[in-house]
Amino acid sequence: MDRIPILKLGDKLLVTIQVDFHDRVALALQEDLTEKILSAGAKGVLIDISALEMVDSFMGRVLGNIAKASRLLDCETVLVGMQPAIAITITELGIALQGIHTALNAEGGMALLERLIKAKSNRGRTANASKIAGRPPNLQRG
Amino acid sequence: MNQTKIITAASELGRNVLEHGLGGDVHIERVQRQEKIGLRMTFTDSGPGIENVNLALTDGYTSKNGLGLGLTGSKRLMDEFELTSIPGQGTTVSVTKWK
Ligand SMILES: Nc1ncnc2c1ncn2[C@@H]1O[C@H](COP(=O)(O)OP(=O)(O)O)[C@@H](O)[C@H]1O
Ligand SMILES: [Mg+2]
Repeated sequence: MDRIPILKLGDKLLVTIQVDFHDRVALALQEDLTEKILSAGAKGVLIDISALEMVDSFMGRVLGNIAKASRLLDCETVLVGMQPAIAITITELGIALQGIHTALNAEGGMALLERLIKAKSNRGRTANASKIAGRPPNLQRG
Repeated sequence: MNQTKIITAASELGRNVLEHGLGGDVHIERVQRQEKIGLRMTFTDSGPGIENVNLALTDGYTSKNGLGLGLTGSKRLMDEFELTSIPGQGTTVSVTKWK
């Protein structure tokens, strides 16, 4: 079966989706990626979809599921390279892609992942600090 | 832009033929109405048909585990949308996009 390669770059994983994003390839990626996040201890995943000419509701669901599963594994997902025509089409189709971060290109995506990962580790630290001070973390905000 | 919308609708409706209609045919033709030319795609299957068409044409309704956006989404992406279904006999969905 065809599988999409997953590259490891420090604490991030890089996935470039090829043109032939068939259903089985998509489902295999979902599976491979969750395994790889755990085995590599990845904190972020960058998915480049610039080669895709179309995203239908099935592919939208797979991408959404990937982001949701990653989040449960304490890992952020950023989607990059979406063609403008696809952005307009999936909006009209009604796919929300909620919870998925996006950036225009791979460079921007990497920078965004870096910020997301950093913000998360800072939040973790603040929460711990407030626990020590005996205050609930939500009083620290604002 | 139109091209992306057309192939996305084709993917959704083709998927329905395979997933819900147990396989069928697609017919693609060039159509003309007065000065306008366009593309029409007709998806036909002899599957179980749709009992409640209004329900099937509701955003988010799915009888399986889809997103329930294939029919309603295709309707939004194309200019014309026509669905005929006879329970027990099959379903035909015809969509047209004008240039
Ligand atoms: N060709 C078909 N034959 C039988 N039922 C269909 C067909 N196309 C759609 N349906 C019914 O309409 C529902 C909605 O279709 P759709 O909007 O494409 O959502 P989804 O495919 O995600 O379920 C389907 O779940 C199915 O019950
Ligand atoms: Mg469908």
